Amino acid sequence: MADAKIFEQSLYPYQRHPDQDAAAPVRHPVIVVGAGPVGLTTAIDLGLQGVPVVVLDDNDRVSTGSRAICFAKRPLEIFDRLGCGQVMVDKGVVWNTGRVFMGERQVYEFNLLPEGGHRRPAFINLQQYHLEQMLLDRLRELQAEGAPIQLRGKSRVSAIGQHDDHATVEIDTPEGSYDLEADWLIACDGAGSPTRKMLGLDFVGRVFEDNFLIADVTMQADFPTERWFWFDPPFNPGQSALLHKQPDGVWRIDLQLGWDIDKEVEKRPENVIPRIRAMLGEDVAFDLEWVSVYTFQCRRMERFRRNRVIFAGDSAHQVSPFGARGANSGIQDADNLCWKLKLVLEGSAPEALLDSYDAERVHGAEENILNSTRSTDFITPKSEISRIFRDAALHLSERHAFARPFVNSGRLSVPCTYDGSALNTSDAMPEAPARSRPGSPCPDAPLADGFLLDRLGGRFTILAVGVEGEAVGMADLLSVPATGEMAERYASGIYLIRPDQHIAARWPAFDADMIRAALSRATGNTP
Amino acid sequence: MSLNLQPNLKCPDDAYALLLEAHEGLTKAESDALNARLILVLLNHVGDMEVLREAIEAARG
Repeated sequence: MADAKIFEQSLYPYQRHPDQDAAAPVRHPVIVVGAGPVGLTTAIDLGLQGVPVVVLDDNDRVSTGSRAICFAKRPLEIFDRLGCGQVMVDKGVVWNTGRVFMGERQVYEFNLLPEGGHRRPAFINLQQYHLEQMLLDRLRELQAEGAPIQLRGKSRVSAIGQHDDHATVEIDTPEGSYDLEADWLIACDGAGSPTRKMLGLDFVGRVFEDNFLIADVTMQADFPTERWFWFDPPFNPGQSALLHKQPDGVWRIDLQLGWDIDKEVEKRPENVIPRIRAMLGEDVAFDLEWVSVYTFQCRRMERFRRNRVIFAGDSAHQVSPFGARGANSGIQDADNLCWKLKLVLEGSAPEALLDSYDAERVHGAEENILNSTRSTDFITPKSEISRIFRDAALHLSERHAFARPFVNSGRLSVPCTYDGSALNTSDAMPEAPARSRPGSPCPDAPLADGFLLDRLGGRFTILAVGVEGEAVGMADLLSVPATGEMAERYASGIYLIRPDQHIAARWPAFDADMIRAALSRATGNTP
Repeated sequence: MSLNLQPNLKCPDDAYALLLEAHEGLTKAESDALNARLILVLLNHVGDMEVLREAIEAARG
């Protein structure tokens, strides 16, 4: 396969930059540490809005192995806004059906049954290296159009200094080290975040004492495009297993190993291959593309902003893999942060607006940690009685519909609603659908000529649904009729939509003064 | 609705016997599994978080 080894190629090799020869450290508005999915998303979002950004990464290539493979609807909508959602959906595998097995029996199947009238599916499966490559392609495209984005490979941040109005970084390169200054430093450097460690910051939570073998296997098999999850399968007794399809004939296999194992021994092909053969059957030919053994923690930083250093993605919060809430939430961090940073940098909003990034995304992280912790407790019961209840729920689920909602093989990532955010204006349409209350991500809906979400985002918008409206201040106007899905999902009224497509306020009718007040609140100008 | 902690069964002896009969001949593990299934069935039948909280509180003693 031509592109199977994309992660072995140098995609943004080190190049000497004039900053390295400057007499004094050069100041940049924003430096992003880490060119993974969250760092690249942040750079593209800022670059699109004209905010100069420098991305530093200690490597020069995309991530090895499939890693995050399930990308949810909301991140796809964010990638649409950034101009690269379509390539991902074209390449990705769309799936809707999940089957749950206990032992050798299927206990039930579920269908994500996506509601109609949305541009994007509930999920696609796509290897992280493909996603990162697509983000890199988009970044290069924007650079060619003049967007102020720099990507510096083999540039490892080795020291960080915090000051009142900037941060300093020392960067190690193949040609020695140099210093830079940043008005804002965004740490997207992963769960092991060197930035977090260098600043000596907390990262507390719960360690799950279990190990999972994760393998990417290439095979031309006719397994359906479904998510299969086993509790206590004959090929991995007492543990769990997952089989999920990715593009290019690659399948993801996750096998729970238990706690008391030797990771290095388990990773050896002579030990991995028999396990996979037992799972797939003797007559299925396959090749191992990538194998890893991982354990995980559910934890978060107490605060995601520390003066001039802001944490996004795994550097700020970590979840178990059940529910695909890691990368998906990190991309939503970037979505939440970039417009705020832009307004602060251009002086349209006070620095305090960035505290709402902390409040809103801590809220999101809490929701993700709660859900992924509960999934983990179901999948890997930690006491005798929790295993008894788990098995009871599985047993009942085969015959009784009521027990199926108890079965938790991962509660799949959905965006959180920023209920109670200081940026919201209290709901003036309490009778209208709850899904579009202030704080919610805008539900998509078809319009006469495309989809709603393609018309929103990147700026404040006044969405007038079936009523008269006008542009106010920095907010543009979008008028649509209150028919079909628009009426179902929004009723009729005036909605103030944030640049990240979350709803800030809504009213039954247009009132310029109320909109001005809501805009002021949504930009942190009115506390 | 709140939890009823007053006598509510017409024939408590029959209900108690029904419960014991269900466990007859089972090993400890089988009995534990049956109890767990029974609790989940009843949990769903009650269907009210507040009542469940009160029930758990009452059971804790």
